[in-house]
Amino acid sequence: MKTKRRTMLYIPGNNPAMLQQGGIYGADSLLLDLEDAVALNEKDSARILVKNMLNSISYYNTEVCVRVNHLDTPFGIEDLETIVPLQPDAIRFPKTETVKELKKLIDIIESIENKHNLPHNKMTIHAMIETALGVQNVFEIAKFSKRVDAITIGGQDLTADMNIVNAKDGSGIDLARKMIVMAAKANNIDAIDTVFVDVNDEEGLRLETEYAKKIGFTGKAVINPRQIDIIHEVYTPTEAEIRRAFRIIKEFKKNKDAGIGVFAIDGKMVDAPVVARARHTLDLAEIKY
Amino acid sequence: MELQRNAQAGTFESSDIMILIEPLKNKQGRKIEISSSVMLQYGDMLSELVNNILDKYEIENVHLIAKDKGALEPTIIARLETAITRALNQQKGTLL
Repeated sequence: MKTKRRTMLYIPGNNPAMLQQGGIYGADSLLLDLEDAVALNEKDSARILVKNMLNSISYYNTEVCVRVNHLDTPFGIEDLETIVPLQPDAIRFPKTETVKELKKLIDIIESIENKHNLPHNKMTIHAMIETALGVQNVFEIAKFSKRVDAITIGGQDLTADMNIVNAKDGSGIDLARKMIVMAAKANNIDAIDTVFVDVNDEEGLRLETEYAKKIGFTGKAVINPRQIDIIHEVYTPTEAEIRRAFRIIKEFKKNKDAGIGVFAIDGKMVDAPVVARARHTLDLAEIKY
Repeated sequence: MELQRNAQAGTFESSDIMILIEPLKNKQGRKIEISSSVMLQYGDMLSELVNNILDKYEIENVHLIAKDKGALEPTIIARLETAITRALNQQKGTLL
């Protein structure tokens, strides 16, 4: 079963208290942030702190990603030189716009790995799409390398790039969301939705997460630990859904043995895609079948 | 190594430590002032850690002030490393 990425919690890279407690919040994945959450004159400080934390702190079974600065900034190369040798589970690359810059990133990462005798197949890359150009190129970005195992949308930067208001209903970035999901699905990788910035609006978060789930996102970025449980609830199948999935798998096995591919449960047709969805439901509920 | 300038790293937030470094002239030695919210329990360890890191960078003449708010070891090491590289003018990839 793949690693679940229902929630990816941003942790500011220069905040020792949050960095040391990262593993206890219950998120599926942590994003130790060296980019937007760090002041320009504290980049060295955050990088050194994250390095020492990765060397010493246990994050239990939580996936650990580090968001580095873009290679066009004075910080990106040094971030990679410091973080790649520590081999977190993933590197998140912001503002990915073209395959050319993704290739440059991977070349740099692999040359650092060569220098340290590290394999090229352990640490993955999450490409963050935050500009209109990135959205236009997302399919090529998603399929470029096997190391890219997730595509994420950065809603704040995308609306700024498009010079539109970041409306609460998400209408401005709806096309981008769907293009990103489609590119990820076409390449069998994860699609992670953008953050919900109003931490006090729990109902708004629930509605937005339900929408993200409905259109195909695998999970959602989180800016406050309070948001984790709500997103997990949305992504956890209900008891009724689990019972129905069990029935489908059971009936499918029975019919398969009898040589029947399509059958009905409660008057509704069940064929291969329905069985695949039932399997996905049981996977999400972490139930073996 | 000879420190080039005054430098600081860290904050006064809980779980952090503020390190301030001032170069001293040759043969003045180390003047270290540590205060901590957990001085009774961890003061000796903190002092040993500070001296070990200064040894690692071969810094002999320094006035160092550490104000600890219950930082863990990796944070203390990180803040010392940051303050020292800044004081040595060896910091990389930052706008400082």
